[in-house]
Amino acid sequence: MVRVVTGIVGRALVLREGLSLWGGMDPATGDLIDAHHPQHGVNLAGRVLVMPSGRGSSSSASVLAEAVRAGVAPAAILLGAPDLILSIGAAVAEELYGVRVPVVVLPGERLGELRDGQEVSIDPDGRVRTA
Amino acid sequence: MRLVLRAAEVTGASRLIDVTRAHVDSCLDHGEASLDFVQRLVDGGAAVRVPTTLNVGAVDLLHPELYRGDPGMAERGRRLMDRYRSLGARPTFTCAPYQLADARPSFGEQVAWGESNAIAFCNSVLGARTNRYGDFIDIAAAITGRVPDAGLHRTDARRATLVLRLAPDVPVRLRDADLLFPLLGIVLGRRAGSAVAAIDGLPPGQSEDRLKALGAAAASSGSVAMFHVVGSTPEAPTLDEALQHGTPPSVELVHLDDLRAVRDELTTAAGDGLAAVSLGTPHASLAELERYVTLLRGRRVHPEVECLVSTGRDTLAQADTAARALRASGIELLVDTCSYIAPILREAGGSTMTDSGKWAYYAPGNVGARVVFGSTEECIESAVAGRVVRDDRAWCGS
Repeated sequence: MVRVVTGIVGRALVLREGLSLWGGMDPATGDLIDAHHPQHGVNLAGRVLVMPSGRGSSSSASVLAEAVRAGVAPAAILLGAPDLILSIGAAVAEELYGVRVPVVVLPGERLGELRDGQEVSIDPDGRVRTA
Repeated sequence: MRLVLRAAEVTGASRLIDVTRAHVDSCLDHGEASLDFVQRLVDGGAAVRVPTTLNVGAVDLLHPELYRGDPGMAERGRRLMDRYRSLGARPTFTCAPYQLADARPSFGEQVAWGESNAIAFCNSVLGARTNRYGDFIDIAAAITGRVPDAGLHRTDARRATLVLRLAPDVPVRLRDADLLFPLLGIVLGRRAGSAVAAIDGLPPGQSEDRLKALGAAAASSGSVAMFHVVGSTPEAPTLDEALQHGTPPSVELVHLDDLRAVRDELTTAAGDGLAAVSLGTPHASLAELERYVTLLRGRRVHPEVECLVSTGRDTLAQADTAARALRASGIELLVDTCSYIAPILREAGGSTMTDSGKWAYYAPGNVGARVVFGSTEECIESAVAGRVVRDDRAWCGS
């Protein structure tokens, strides 16, 4: 199968705390539903999610895949540390539905420079650029 | 295998190692994607290569009448559980596989476990070795019998890099209360994130049930996959061994106010009204079931309070006497699933009391519950009285 890989562009959503997608994001709507998270109520669909790290449940991979299927997943996820659970969720979603959600690790200082609402693009090779 | 290799890439491992067992969490329904994935495995003729236990699903297959949600969702949940069984996994449907004598890995064993509380227990309390295997990669590891040689599979990553100690202002009674452990767990998860921490200064020989409550809470508020409790967990007979003889990091104190703040934060319901009480998250052990019976002293729970205890089907099969006593007290026993991941509660938006840090953490988002967090004793007394009953004695004194 030939897959045309293109870059991804979206507006950044900077989370102040890590989020467990399971119990944290409604995969039908993309809403942030973790009542203990300071940004409870924001919507993650189509945003470039920026967070220090993934967190919590090992079911987050399924929630990410289901959100991709439902069309409400983040456009990309930028993290300060590698996260196996989110990377696998993204790999399975791509395998099943042919939609790519890049999960990219950035050095802390690059991550810290990103501002909420800023336009961010991710090249097919994983390079992150800001407008 | 592609998924295992992708995992190796993410973790930076240069080789794969064999595992002897797997615990698979992917059998809990999270939507059509869950079924689409396993169907692809079934269609490809896949089967597990190592003894594999299954985590909770969406439905109690032994007591299906307890499911109050959409029948279509229940059917999908049931189909998913059945598909994983057809791959050769054992239908244990429990989040506490470490409570099954023949599924418990021994010290030093390399395994691939999913389910955050089970991962923490496996590494910390059993001294077996697993990374945090999430959905999809858990079954991929069970089918291939291979995982990347990385992270907690390796000795150096198991060293404590953070030390927590209770401050002198934490009263003696609270230091020796079951209630301490879920609260300290929430603090541990927040402070440690994904790091391995050592908790120092607790009396040695803490019970498995207390360590289970600690780990489940820590894996909810943080990504804790391993912790040490000096004098209680096998890789920490002393603080020096937990640190693998390295330089001790500075010690962080946990104050009484930190624990009180967690208790208050976990309680999201106001007033003393009570719709339900939920115990057994993670799934109650035989010892815990017997303790509920002791605390009930033959009393019945209030007719207007729904009282649920979650446990594993294999534990239930060994607990005839306790199960009979609990049912005679008006308590419903739930297996194969849990009341914070499936529509089980009669009044989902009502005040529900729990002794579990994990239940308290996730139930508001998952099932819309309003939570009252309390000790096991407070939960039982409240269930009997039909309203929230508090006993603050553990929080007082020196």
